[in-house]
Amino acid sequence: MAETTQTKEQFEPRIIGFLCNWCTAAAADLAGTTRAQYPPNVHPIRVMCSGTVDPMYILKALLSGADAVMVGGCHPGDCHYVSGNYKARRKIAMLKQIFKSLGLDENRVWLRWISASEGPEFAKFMREITEETRKQGPSPLASDWTV
Amino acid sequence: MTKSAILEVKEGKTRQAVNSFLKDLFAKNVVEAMLVPLAHPSGTNVVQALISDPSHVDQADVFAPVMPVNSAKILQAMTRLTPVDRKTAIVIRPCEMRAVVELIKLKQIQPANLLFISIDCPGAYSTKDYPKFAAEKKTSDDFVKAGFRWAEDAQLRAGCQICEYPYPLTADITIGMLGLEPGQLLLIADTPRGEEALKTAGFTLETDSATAQKRQAALARFVPEVKERRKKFFEKTKEEIGGIEKLTQVFATCIKCQNCRAACPVCYCRECVFVSPTFELESEKYMRQAVKKGGIRMPADTLLFHLTRMNHMANSCVGCSACEEACPNDIPLLKIFQLTGAEVQELFDYVPGRNVEEPLPAAAFLEKEFQEMGEKK
Repeated sequence: MAETTQTKEQFEPRIIGFLCNWCTAAAADLAGTTRAQYPPNVHPIRVMCSGTVDPMYILKALLSGADAVMVGGCHPGDCHYVSGNYKARRKIAMLKQIFKSLGLDENRVWLRWISASEGPEFAKFMREITEETRKQGPSPLASDWTV
Repeated sequence: MTKSAILEVKEGKTRQAVNSFLKDLFAKNVVEAMLVPLAHPSGTNVVQALISDPSHVDQADVFAPVMPVNSAKILQAMTRLTPVDRKTAIVIRPCEMRAVVELIKLKQIQPANLLFISIDCPGAYSTKDYPKFAAEKKTSDDFVKAGFRWAEDAQLRAGCQICEYPYPLTADITIGMLGLEPGQLLLIADTPRGEEALKTAGFTLETDSATAQKRQAALARFVPEVKERRKKFFEKTKEEIGGIEKLTQVFATCIKCQNCRAACPVCYCRECVFVSPTFELESEKYMRQAVKKGGIRMPADTLLFHLTRMNHMANSCVGCSACEEACPNDIPLLKIFQLTGAEVQELFDYVPGRNVEEPLPAAAFLEKEFQEMGEKK
């Protein structure tokens, strides 16, 4: 696709979202059924729990050309599997630290708790992450064939 | 409180003194077998051997500056299925001991019947460089006499030069050397099991002897020194490899052979995801990736491999340099993995190999930590 050669003015961020089945994916559904308007830049991938998202998948998305990656889970204490979201938080804290240590951009990795009832919150977050990523510009990894 | 006994070294013959101690362990029936580094008859290497015949102890060379394999890997192969059935001494370096602790937590090593003996470690050379050292007729005794001098010895492995824990954290018995007069070694019982072993071997243990206090004082001086050295090293490393451009340059020569993974003691998975069907893709999937980006480096996912491995093992990285040793193209893996390892470990206040009861960071969590993460800004 020609996206990689886009200039910043017409830059449309491509974002991968890993959404927990029980909360954030349900919130996405609710946002849809309530006809909330939000940008379509986040490509959702439903997972059973935010805790199942191995950092490898986040890295793979970023190295394959995603401009940002988000993981959405249940609020602390509300995990369907009791503690998966706490484990997700540790994994992402670690991934972000590794990015920081290596001088990579940790701000392209997002974690957000959005519960099943928070359809409007979901729509709001979609706007937030899209606009923030648009401000950051295309990920340098997205057009680098050597990564 | 340190319980210890002095092991006398005659005429600077450290190797002989250590070997006589190891022989005592056999003679007094403290152990029936031993995993111990023996000088290879070729003279070009010192390799771990599992021995049951005490006469082999004569070839033992515990302080020889070479470590071809991290012994935690050897113990994993030996004890993963069943624990050993007889009392066995395991003579290893501090970084190996720390990797053993990590593998015990990961249920890869069963420590029953094992008596861990470790050393104050003056470091090791690359397995490629050791034959040169040996060819100059230098011995481990010469090496020990020179003492701890990482900063001056640029030939030492990268990991040894910045080693934070050249002294054992959890061994049963430590063969101590740090801060002592030449002509003395200290046998320290760090656990009740170690204490019993030393007593059975015929040593009288002293509590907080003057020599032990000397070693403690040397340790107290040493720790801030090495912290400072590591800090500088990491700052330099960040300049060298920081940012995606420099990082891809460092990995430019990678052939994705995955030797680093195979040699890493804490990369314990029997089936790595990178050799699993997850990465057996149809041609169209490669093509789709190429089309999406305009082009991709092949073999695919080279940087993904290293970054993923880092995410999986950084918390347990003991900085032994086995990865760097295994790299056929001399990629400076140690500095990259120790930099991220050290900073991630600091994040979780975790020291790999510190305590076998301490849970692995990936297997634990606190409710009140990283609380800003996941919340609205």
